[in-house]
Amino acid sequence: MIGYQLTIHQAHNLLKTRQLSSLELTRACLERIRQVEPKVHALVTVTDELALRQAEKADRLIAQGDVHPLTGVPVVIKDNMCTKGVRTTCSSRMLANFVPPYEATVVEKLNERGAVIVGKANMDEFAMGSSTEHSAFFTTQNPWDLSRVPGGSSGGSAVAVAADEAIYALGSDTGGSIRQPAGFCSVTGLKPTYGRVSRYGLVAFASSLDQIGPLTKDVTDCAIVLNSIAGYDSRDSTSVPYPTPDYTQCLTTDIKGLRIGVPKEYFVAGMQAEVEQALRAAINKLEELGANVEFEVSLPHTPHALAVYYIIAPSEASANLARYDGVKYGFSYQDTDNMWEALEKTKQFGFGDEVKRRIMLGTYALSAGYYDAYYLKAQKVRTLIRREFDQAFEKYDAVVTPTSPTVPFKIGEKMEDPLQMYLSDVFTIPVNIAGLPAITIPAGFADGLPIGMQLIGKPFGEEAILRIAYAYEQATEWHKRKPEI
Amino acid sequence: MKLSREEVQHIALLARLGLTETELERLREQLSNILENFQILQQVDTTDVPPTAQSIPLQNVTKDDKVAPSLPADDVLANAPQRDGEFFRVKAVLE
Repeated sequence: MIGYQLTIHQAHNLLKTRQLSSLELTRACLERIRQVEPKVHALVTVTDELALRQAEKADRLIAQGDVHPLTGVPVVIKDNMCTKGVRTTCSSRMLANFVPPYEATVVEKLNERGAVIVGKANMDEFAMGSSTEHSAFFTTQNPWDLSRVPGGSSGGSAVAVAADEAIYALGSDTGGSIRQPAGFCSVTGLKPTYGRVSRYGLVAFASSLDQIGPLTKDVTDCAIVLNSIAGYDSRDSTSVPYPTPDYTQCLTTDIKGLRIGVPKEYFVAGMQAEVEQALRAAINKLEELGANVEFEVSLPHTPHALAVYYIIAPSEASANLARYDGVKYGFSYQDTDNMWEALEKTKQFGFGDEVKRRIMLGTYALSAGYYDAYYLKAQKVRTLIRREFDQAFEKYDAVVTPTSPTVPFKIGEKMEDPLQMYLSDVFTIPVNIAGLPAITIPAGFADGLPIGMQLIGKPFGEEAILRIAYAYEQATEWHKRKPEI
Repeated sequence: MKLSREEVQHIALLARLGLTETELERLREQLSNILENFQILQQVDTTDVPPTAQSIPLQNVTKDDKVAPSLPADDVLANAPQRDGEFFRVKAVLE
């Protein structure tokens, strides 16, 4: 096996026993980036020099016997997480030249464990989108079919892993932005429970929904990365002061007696027939493995989740993005002496179409006369959605659904119709609204295009979904397939 | 329900977002369409349902009032579009 194809746990075993050096592995990934990047365009910035420096440092740590599972292993970071001294653009003209003066907590944690950062991943601008087509710089291509989108907004992170540019990646998920691209690219993606991972240094989109998580080549790697990034952080008051278990301990193939619910609202018109077939087959496999699968679960407010999300997320975004005033950092319109004109033009030229659309939508939903009918109403329905999940989890250990209603769509296909684009997140959005953890794993292909299965867990119940995902993965071969690029 | 030009202009002003004529017209179409879709929420009975602002069981998280070092001024000002010594330079607010 070639170095860049390794998983974290495989690479760790070779590094620990000195059969492979971090420098060799890092050079292999950088060479792979040079080969495939002209085809997939997953990275906004390739951090060669930083990576080689970090690899040398990792090799010194390993020589001293100071080896963590992530030491010396190359990673790609979504470009909305602050990396000190390395530009962090959010794939926006607004932040095209922004160089953060501090590290995000997750980056700090990876660095403390001797990580090697090889690049910053492309995304939809400010994480608003489902295809990376809303990146201000370029669109990332799906390695399984270069004419199709990789999903979004963490599309660059998903592609970096699927195309072996890095061993793993970090993404962020506000309405499906880790899981939908993971599903579209046939990699494993986890959105932890809201509050499990610190958001300090993650450029804010919708603060009550955003959460950072791993994109990896298998479930074991997913648990390893979660171990490293989870935990309380005094700099993020919404991170919870709960103990963090060792997530690798729950990875057993025995899921006998676990109760899994299949909600009927997720198998509705509009779902592609091949996706439904693949999911039915995956559900059969879970039953074969000994899980008790039941089809009686009902989450009746599922059809309302999309509207709830597209009111709450843009409302929070409209407040968060008010900070881009051209004064402290970022793009700044200078061709006027008028303060208001400078402010308006800074945003006009700094932001792309989707960001403007969401700022407008959110500002409208929060404005006098519409607040009760839109924002407050959405917050109330949010309560009902959470209650429904709470009730389901009284009876089930996990809920299983498709990750997306379709396989990856064509580049350009949904760009003229924002609502159609929003609908591609219909199965991932309810999870963020309720603040739950959910994992996506490869569950099949339709004409060579990936299909993902989503397992949703109870709050802080990452262990149950990791365990089920692991059991399924070990009984199937989907995660071992590689795209030909 | 279709938004008027004036409504779109009003929202843009609240957001201090500059828009071209083309953008304004396109947003009028798109926002009207999206908002109409959101009417689905009006079917949901939310009598006596409290709103949820966030999903975790934490409230009023406070911190000790401790003095700690902050970033050096040069680091903070390094990204400033217009700098004047130790200050961010801004356009005149009062004429």
